[in-house]
Amino acid sequence: MTSANGEAVLKVNNLSVEYETPRGMLRAADGVSFELRPGQRFGLVGESGSGKTTTALALMRLTQLPGRIVDGEVLLDGVDLLGLSENEMREVRLAQISYVPQGAMNSLNPVIKVGNQIANGFKDHLDSISRSEISERIVEVLRSVGLDPAVSRMYPHELSGGMKQRVAIAIAVSLGPKVIIADEPTSALDVVVQREVMLTLRKLQEEIGAAVLIVGHDMGLMAQFASHVGVMYAGKLVEVGQVLDIFDDPFHPYTRALIASLPSTSRRHRLTGIPGLPPALLELPGGCSFNPRCDSVMEICRSADPSYDQIREGRWTSCHLYAEAAT
Amino acid sequence: MSAVLEADHLTRVFSRGLFNKVENVAVNDISLRVDDDNPSITVIAGESGSGKTTLASMLLGFMRPTRGEIRYRGRDIHSLKGDDWREFRRNVQPIFQDPFEVFNPVYRVDRILTQPAQLYGIADSEDEAHEMVEDALRQVGLRPAETLRRFPHQLSGGQRQRITVARAFLLKPKVIVADEPVSMIDASLRATVLESLRALKTELGISIIYITHDLTTAYQVGDSIYVLYRGSVVEAGNVENVVQQPSHPYTQLLMGSIPVPDPRVPWGDDLSPISSGDQRDVAVTGCAFAPRCPHAFDRCEDDPPHYRLDDDRAVKCFLYEDRPITDLESMLSKNTTSPI
Ligand SMILES: Nc1ncnc2c1ncn2[C@@H]1O[C@H](COP(=O)(O)OP(=O)(O)OP(=O)(O)O)[C@@H](O)[C@H]1O
Ligand SMILES: Nc1ncnc2c1ncn2[C@@H]1O[C@H](COP(=O)(O)OP(=O)(O)OP(=O)(O)O)[C@@H](O)[C@H]1O
Ligand code: SF4
Ligand SMILES: [Mg+2]
Ligand SMILES: [Mg+2]
Repeated sequence: MTSANGEAVLKVNNLSVEYETPRGMLRAADGVSFELRPGQRFGLVGESGSGKTTTALALMRLTQLPGRIVDGEVLLDGVDLLGLSENEMREVRLAQISYVPQGAMNSLNPVIKVGNQIANGFKDHLDSISRSEISERIVEVLRSVGLDPAVSRMYPHELSGGMKQRVAIAIAVSLGPKVIIADEPTSALDVVVQREVMLTLRKLQEEIGAAVLIVGHDMGLMAQFASHVGVMYAGKLVEVGQVLDIFDDPFHPYTRALIASLPSTSRRHRLTGIPGLPPALLELPGGCSFNPRCDSVMEICRSADPSYDQIREGRWTSCHLYAEAAT
Repeated sequence: MSAVLEADHLTRVFSRGLFNKVENVAVNDISLRVDDDNPSITVIAGESGSGKTTLASMLLGFMRPTRGEIRYRGRDIHSLKGDDWREFRRNVQPIFQDPFEVFNPVYRVDRILTQPAQLYGIADSEDEAHEMVEDALRQVGLRPAETLRRFPHQLSGGQRQRITVARAFLLKPKVIVADEPVSMIDASLRATVLESLRALKTELGISIIYITHDLTTAYQVGDSIYVLYRGSVVEAGNVENVVQQPSHPYTQLLMGSIPVPDPRVPWGDDLSPISSGDQRDVAVTGCAFAPRCPHAFDRCEDDPPHYRLDDDRAVKCFLYEDRPITDLESMLSKNTTSPI
């Protein structure tokens, strides 16, 4: 799935994650494959429970029991992270691939000053760094996210939500990783602060040339921030493409319905949601998981699982409507 | 027209610090009214910390105003007792921003919903109550079979939020005060829930006070809108006008910050870079927005501006000094329901 322009920095092949539940094994990520090239901003969207966080955590090897990565590869510059020892993985995290968790504002340690939380990353990963160098680097990263260096002496509870989110981003970029994964980085913030935080993230990402995977369900945010979009439904990636292509010409009926349900500020209209409900992962319908809600459903959709195919250069989808177009 | 609920010059002040008391005016002199025979959706919009939840808590009778009065059918709610208080409680219902804390954690959804249906005498029998509960759940896109036997902590945030919406469906109050009712619901379901809020108004004649920082959803469902900045209304009017032609620089900032779901529309490129919030402790003598306003001039720092513009829009900003003063009170009592 490599494309002509540049080598992928992260390649995810057939990644599957299961949770053990009292009622059986629940497959929350099912054969997810995609790739990120340097400088790309990849938006992973899908409704609540579709497996976005599960996928993001697995990429970081942070899956916790009862969850287990049951299959797949996560290649970072060709090295399969799933094959590394826990110690080797610790070296890679933050320095090469970093994570801003869902609800990151609340993930800061409440009893440690902001500066010390940033310093921990430097101490863990840079052996010969001196105290004065650490102080300089802290000032530098705080400035880079638009915060006053004085913030380093403050505790998280002394900061607003937007400031805490900037700190979480500062930590994630502090060692100049190749890949940054951010799970719903602004869903708890209001629109004004959201825009400021996202523009800051974009500026930093461009400066260090990192690839970003951003998880969310706000298609507006994706339209503005992402260069590429991947749509998840019931644990599967059902469509991937460049942001303009996804919005101009969505292939998968779920993506189409998602885009049609978006409210606009230029015109008042009746809002139409996607009919039906998201499926329970333990009782998926046979065939394509979207078939009970799909407006284009065909006979084959109820019996056979559609394969995930490249329909055009850089456009992937899994839907029987495109079976013939697959290359 | 008779008012079900009226807020008359509400102000709420919080003070911090034991010795050097710092006063935080969370809600500053806000009036609004909801009419009985003219159901409407009134939007209260503003950024985080602008006073939206404080206003909602006062309207619901959960918090007393520092100054001003809330009247239910003409009577100060804090003077109501017994059956009168019960009637107010039943007819003015909340949908909360953070539904985590609302429900009794040891009751299953089943009980949470059936109990009020029986308590308020909405259902005649237990069977009828169950039927109504299942209907209400389906209205908000939840599967009764999967939901009823669960405890609140076994539901996702978005699911809990929809349970409170279902509860409102069930009780059919006169007024619903909905504080960020769709903030935890994803885009595909949001449309469904917002459509059901609109149905509450058009089909059941329920008025809604819709509190949000998201002007997109406000625009889709609202009739009139109040834009709040640090506790004060800075712009008020018909939703169509305010969203299409935001006049206060703060409303303009809110509108420009919306990430439009179209990659070809730039994201607020015309916004000036001075927009950063967190100016909470700056003392305000003039316009509260002046420290962040790209158009601020000397005048703005000195005294607070009046409401101006025209008969159906009020903007609190010195840029409109040449426009006539708007009488907010008479604007409020006018019919602002728009035709969709
Ligand atoms: N620890 C767990 N044990 C069992 N099931 C889990 C666990 N964590 C997640 N799941 C299930 O896995 C599925 C995917 O969850 P995940 O958190 O990845 O969704 P998401 O797309 O990130 O949703 P959201 O938008 O709500 O954050 C859901 O059905 C969820 O209930
Ligand atoms: N119980 C309280 N005690 C002291 N101060 C309070 C209290 N509740 C709110 N405040 C303050 O009042 C102001 C308004 O807060 P409020 O919660 O009403 O804002 P909001 O508009 O609902 O914000 P959000 O969008 O974040 O929910 C804030 O400065 C807040 O810190
Ligand atoms: S495979 Fe069939 S059911 Fe699934 S999305 Fe495509 S058309 Fe609809
Ligand atoms: Mg998630
Ligand atoms: Mg609030």
